[in-house]
Amino acid sequence: MRYIRPLTIEDAVGQLVGASGTAAILAGGSDLLVRMKGGFVEPDLIIDIKAIDALSEIRETAEGFSIGAAVPCAVLGENKALRQAWPGVVEAAKLIGSKQVQGRCTIVGNLCNASPAADSVPAMVAAGAKAVVAGPSGKRTIAVESVPTAPGRTSLAKGEIIEAILLDKREPRAGDAYLRFIPRTEMDIAVVSAGVNLTLDEAGVVKTARVALGAAAPTVLLVEEAAEVLVGSRLDEATLERLAKVCAGACRPIDDKRGTIEFRRKVAGVLAGRAATTAYERAGGK
Amino acid sequence: MNFDPRLTNRDFTSVGTRPIRPDGIDKVTGRARYGADFNMAGQLVGRVLRSPHAHAVIRKIDTSKAEALPGVKAVITAADLPDLTNGDSALYDILDNCMARKKALYDGHAVAAVAAIDARTARQALKLIEIDYEVLPHVTDVDEAFKHTAPLINEAIFTEGLEEKPVKPSNVHKRTQYGHGDIHKGFAEADFVIERSFRTEQTHQGYIEPHACVASVSADGTAELWVCTQGHFVYRQHCAQLLGMEASKLRVTSSEIGGGFGGKTHVWAEPVALALSRKAGRPVKLVMTRDEVFRASGPTSATSIDVRIGAKKDGTITAAEATLRYSCGPYAGMWAEVGAMTAFACYKLDNVRTVGFEVLVNRPKTAAYRAPSAPMAAFAVESTIDELAGKVGMDAVDFRIKNAAQEGTRASYGPVYGPIGIGPTLEAVKNHPHMKAPLKQNQGRGMACGFWFNFGGQTCVDLNIGMDGSISLAVGTVDVGGSRASLSLVAAEELGIDYSQVKAIVADTSSLGYNDMTDGSRGTFSSSMATISAARNAIRILRERAAQMWDIPVDDVVWEKGHALARGEKYGNLSPLSLKEIAAQSGTTGGPIAGHSELVADGAGVSFATHICDIEVDPETGSTRVLRYTVVQDAGKAVHPTYVEGQYQGGAAQGIGWALNEEYIYGKDGRLQNAGFLDYRIPVCSDLPMIDTQILEIPNPNHPYGVRGVGETSIVPPLAAIANAVSNAVGVRMTHIPMSPPRILAALEASASAHDA
Repeated sequence: MRYIRPLTIEDAVGQLVGASGTAAILAGGSDLLVRMKGGFVEPDLIIDIKAIDALSEIRETAEGFSIGAAVPCAVLGENKALRQAWPGVVEAAKLIGSKQVQGRCTIVGNLCNASPAADSVPAMVAAGAKAVVAGPSGKRTIAVESVPTAPGRTSLAKGEIIEAILLDKREPRAGDAYLRFIPRTEMDIAVVSAGVNLTLDEAGVVKTARVALGAAAPTVLLVEEAAEVLVGSRLDEATLERLAKVCAGACRPIDDKRGTIEFRRKVAGVLAGRAATTAYERAGGK
Repeated sequence: MNFDPRLTNRDFTSVGTRPIRPDGIDKVTGRARYGADFNMAGQLVGRVLRSPHAHAVIRKIDTSKAEALPGVKAVITAADLPDLTNGDSALYDILDNCMARKKALYDGHAVAAVAAIDARTARQALKLIEIDYEVLPHVTDVDEAFKHTAPLINEAIFTEGLEEKPVKPSNVHKRTQYGHGDIHKGFAEADFVIERSFRTEQTHQGYIEPHACVASVSADGTAELWVCTQGHFVYRQHCAQLLGMEASKLRVTSSEIGGGFGGKTHVWAEPVALALSRKAGRPVKLVMTRDEVFRASGPTSATSIDVRIGAKKDGTITAAEATLRYSCGPYAGMWAEVGAMTAFACYKLDNVRTVGFEVLVNRPKTAAYRAPSAPMAAFAVESTIDELAGKVGMDAVDFRIKNAAQEGTRASYGPVYGPIGIGPTLEAVKNHPHMKAPLKQNQGRGMACGFWFNFGGQTCVDLNIGMDGSISLAVGTVDVGGSRASLSLVAAEELGIDYSQVKAIVADTSSLGYNDMTDGSRGTFSSSMATISAARNAIRILRERAAQMWDIPVDDVVWEKGHALARGEKYGNLSPLSLKEIAAQSGTTGGPIAGHSELVADGAGVSFATHICDIEVDPETGSTRVLRYTVVQDAGKAVHPTYVEGQYQGGAAQGIGWALNEEYIYGKDGRLQNAGFLDYRIPVCSDLPMIDTQILEIPNPNHPYGVRGVGETSIVPPLAAIANAVSNAVGVRMTHIPMSPPRILAALEASASAHDA
């Protein structure tokens, strides 16, 4: 097993392209090291990206925010501007693992681990976040929801690394929220989850909406029908009931050790309603 | 030496105080040595290959490729642990469980093991062992296994305890029955009868420290074993028997222990480590991974229990019966029997009958878990009692008080009780402010009682007085709950000296006589009795030495507050001799001063507790939150009250996890799905409220200070108390533990649709 610590993203991509055996990217390591310790993976090459300068920064740009791939989730919570603009994304990142894990883990790692239960992913999808992918033929920007293709699999080609996540600059009267269900209070993994992102018009009517569900299908679900239910409403009781029904219907969950199909359907609807209510309040709706 | 263990009234000086624990600083700074912290020069890494099948014949094992791998020093299979059990079927089961002989009986059953120069080589070697399995049909569910149509796990099992020996083998190892009176007559007298069926899923003790040991077998056939255990003498006995050694040739040293709760009363990896060391000729360290601990150590039973209780309009219970089916893993057990004994132990019943069935399943061999078998029986009985109280129209506490056992009651499992604490714990609960605190919407309160036998057993203690007058106390019961502090307090109390002058250690098996293990809440009960006896023996010698120093008859010397006093006016000018002064002269008055004690600690007083729990349920998700929890339990005499409270809180915390989320989940393939702390959900700190405790002291007449065991009873009431609280919060009777959110939500929806229909 070889461990390298490149100083530029180009070098990292080059090493990844040239790797003969299995290669793994190491940022926080909160998934990779656990899997290695459990004997599930034994990579021939580990590329630690934490020494690449730009990857450890959160940059505020004219378009919004750029969050480097090596930024630990705890640091997201320390960024006041990000917290104010995208509280749902930040609260999702701050739910991963435990306090100690949050000091290491990253949202890009969470995305590339491609678990359907990843906490930050539905929040990012609801937020319309994009991923900047560096690869042998240059850079491209893709929607976050197009990254995971199946549990443990991504659409990234050989030699590609996600270097940053982009979040738009916030319009006025906008809010997002993320909720997950776990049987415990912390240090657990989502049984089912929901992220909602809303913008309102001046009258407090929902203008745009994005609703994403986690642990409800093999990959994160962007439920457009649910967004349609919300647009044009003030989140009255009937709307929330319809939202719950639509979300429950959109789920394609499984029975497993963490929950049943029925449970996930029902609770997906409940969480979507509660997350929508919080997002609406954060957007200034009453 | 005649030792009188009976209770004597006295005012305590040290006992009942709360000094800091002697093992505390090393534990919080990481210096304390647990099982995996021991190392030897030249030690190898041991790893175990485990069956991926729930039930399979082992046709052939080929270890040649693993043996040929550079760095591999030994590979063993069952052939390296020949059967020396000589017809002892319980010991044979232990042997077969340590290393499968003909069949793999559960997912995780050990089938081979290697010792190699490092972990990587050992892991590679395991992959090179080729096993030809013939996979058989399996059964993991207790009710399925009970059926005649179930796949047969052991063709030699014919149900014992039936009137006629069955003609066909089955998975039911044994039927046992307890009780007295005539239940048919009793039910005929009842105005109300409640009959319910309950299930509890299998849980693990969840100790944080995995099983770990270092074994070193020398060329001369003697051996040493350093191990994390609740009973190093028992481990020595089992390992010596399984390996064909004399017990005295195997020296076992117990490490600090990161939790046991009954799970470290049984050998798993230790005979394997010894066999590897014997074959390799080098020390071998074997540490289980968490995955192995879940798959292949000893969780408690899954159960299926039917209860029927009848009462008159005035609230008198007229009859009670229970049928209890407990899973034992793939070997014979006595778990349902213990459940059958404890089920109704809290109550005064004229007509009672309990029947237990020990059921074999393709799961790991069941081991003890803190008051083993009692929590599940209490869940079933106390849930039914609560419902019956409601039907009679009585308050749940008053109903229990009316029917509580008392001194002179014949217990449902046979004996007649002496002074006991069930009534006082119920009265304390009735008057506790917790019972009167207001509840909000979606919140419910539940209470329940619990019983545990407690145990005494063989005990041996050495108390050595140094030349400087300080005391070394060597005990043989492993300290799992703070017993070194408690026993130091007892030695200080008896000798009349300060706690700081006593240092207690757990001696190895070659330094002290045999001790039963720390189970049955016996550590402090039995070793304190032996410590008192040893201290009294030392005091006799101290008096003799003082008499010698003064040149007066020993009968004129008494021992008071750590000093020898010359009794009588004629000795008026003799100042008292302190223990320190006598010890300093010991070299010239007859040599070292010590007190020893070897005894069987009889008369462990039975123990009762009553718990109160408030729960909030989110009706939309089935999520629960424990808001408030109170434990009231009889300690006899709390030697170190902080540890007693810790035991009360610890039992409640484990019970809360068991009641709400913990369970073994098997797939259709018979493999364990959640062999880790992520998906086997023990509570995290923030899941629990501060658990309030109230210690009652109803002295045990069979102990000089009145001590009763306190370690186990606290896990008996929680399943029932929490189930009653949830049932009261949501208005639906919960009959399946754990009450995980999907189960609560499903119960709520079933109830709602039943109302709609």
